[in-house]
Amino acid sequence: MRLLPGPVAAIRIDGIELLRHYLHTLAFCLAISAFLYFTSPEKPYEVPLVYSLCIGTVTWAIIDLGRHLFAPHRETGWPRGPGGLVLAMLGIVGGYFLGTFAADAWFGWSSWDQSPAQQRTSWIVTLLAGVAGSYYFYAQGRSNYLHGKMQEAERQAAEARLKLLETQLEPHMLFNTLANLRALIGADPAAAQEMLDRMIAYLRATLSASRGTLHPLAAEFGRLHDYLELMAVRMGPRLAYTLDLPPELAGQPVPTLLLQPLVENSIKHGLEPKVEGGRITVRARRDGSLLRLEVADTGVGIAAHDTGPAGDAPGGGFGQAQVRERLASTYGPRATLEFTAPAEGGTLTILTFPCSPP
Amino acid sequence: MSAPPTALIAEDEPLLARALQTELARAWPALSVAATVGDGASAVAQALALRPDVLFFDIRMPGTGGLEAAAELADAWDPRTPFPALVFVTAYDQYAVQAFEAQAVDYVLKPVQAARLQKTVSKVQEVLAQRAQGAMNFEATVDQLRHLLGSVQAATAPPAAAGGPLRVIQASVGSTIRMVPVEEVSYFEAADKYVRVVTEGREYLIRTPLKELLPQLDAQVFWQVHRGTVVRAAAVDAVTRDEAGKLSLSLRGHAEKLAVSRLYAHLFKAM
Repeated sequence: MRLLPGPVAAIRIDGIELLRHYLHTLAFCLAISAFLYFTSPEKPYEVPLVYSLCIGTVTWAIIDLGRHLFAPHRETGWPRGPGGLVLAMLGIVGGYFLGTFAADAWFGWSSWDQSPAQQRTSWIVTLLAGVAGSYYFYAQGRSNYLHGKMQEAERQAAEARLKLLETQLEPHMLFNTLANLRALIGADPAAAQEMLDRMIAYLRATLSASRGTLHPLAAEFGRLHDYLELMAVRMGPRLAYTLDLPPELAGQPVPTLLLQPLVENSIKHGLEPKVEGGRITVRARRDGSLLRLEVADTGVGIAAHDTGPAGDAPGGGFGQAQVRERLASTYGPRATLEFTAPAEGGTLTILTFPCSPP
Repeated sequence: MSAPPTALIAEDEPLLARALQTELARAWPALSVAATVGDGASAVAQALALRPDVLFFDIRMPGTGGLEAAAELADAWDPRTPFPALVFVTAYDQYAVQAFEAQAVDYVLKPVQAARLQKTVSKVQEVLAQRAQGAMNFEATVDQLRHLLGSVQAATAPPAAAGGPLRVIQASVGSTIRMVPVEEVSYFEAADKYVRVVTEGREYLIRTPLKELLPQLDAQVFWQVHRGTVVRAAAVDAVTRDEAGKLSLSLRGHAEKLAVSRLYAHLFKAM
């Protein structure tokens, strides 16, 4: 619905919202007229009713239609800066004069002949009602906006958790691991039991990681060890790995399974496509006040990375984006993630973020 | 049957290769496993050298996957000799499984279940018995493989960009970007980490992989003729068949000839 030409190229006005605002305004006017009637019951009820309805309608029309002429603030639906105040005042003054004229016409008399004291009372009532009404709509718009934002944020968080879970419980990995387990049960029951224990630890960590908690770096390396052992059973001699954690850093808290997607990327995009396999190195170092974590592989590197379905872009795709996001939400701008392809081949990812005090 | 049937297993996970062999020994005692390999390229080489009766190819292997390996093997196979019975093995590839069902291609899921494997073995034995009576299966296999590759590629290809087919190829030459209109391109050829873009007078290299490029090209104008070759049909001058039955293309303004894969030979027929 296009109502008024304005500085905004295309003005989109929500008819239902407009009607709802008007009904709220009418209810407000009825309350005022009832209040006025009780304060001066000598006048017939018709008088305060018609005046408040006329003034209320004009004020609403000026403000609610007028605000679409400005570029409204997304948060509240009101014009930015002083524009909102000017509009509200314009609505109140306009409402007072035009509404009074309209009501005068209805009754066939002129209010402007009244005593100054009576005019002052009408003025004050209009002003108070106008300010209260405007504030009411402003607050309502703002609360609707914030409510919407909150719901959107909750939905995004739930989606991210689900996506994390889906990537870590990737069906291909799960079924291949189970197939290996099945093969081991007959051939080497002790090794099968060990593999099962590692898988249980990995699954437990995956589920708690999707709930977003912190754990010590030693536990992080423990889970990487579980994951890499599972992969080593599957890939045999094609996978070699080194986990390097200095004992003094073992207690540093890190987000649960922060590095896991990076190690998984190294295997999936680096080593799995390479016939002869390769090595993965995960290293933790202290760099002044920063903790520095490195994941390196000797795989095929980024240039030859396969680009699979959407989101599976070279150099990590979803996995890396998710690590970046978790770093940012835990440490803010003090955390960095650097992804490089060293000249000697493979990939190297370096994370840095503040050490927590010992 | 005269000689005992032989099999080739291509599976990159050593435990799973052994497990499949063990299960096969139970389900088909007469079958002897001629070799077990861990990647697609070795699978093709060993299949050509050993000429087994049955192939068990894992879908995901380092380098060349099972589907591509089967296609390469079909290309290199002598069509006068019977092609082996193909069985694909996968842990979880929903697109591939759907395609196998649609094309009635045998497959087994990992972990391999004895009952399911028994079914597959019976089907393979049937195929081998028919083959012994002289039924040729090669053309049917080639058809199946083409459909399989097509549907799996379509399912896993990135969605084609909105706005219709690509009009220009943007190729970097030194520090400049050359805009090459697609109608000037004679053919695209995958070369290691790049794709060669060949026009009548020049040649460019781009980084976009062929399988990402393909969905962006007009399928009426550009034809895939080989795993790594896409040719502009109007640039083809003549199609010739050699004594082994293989097709090759000569292009206008080019001395070199392009080989046509058996999978795509059906595109070139006289009207």
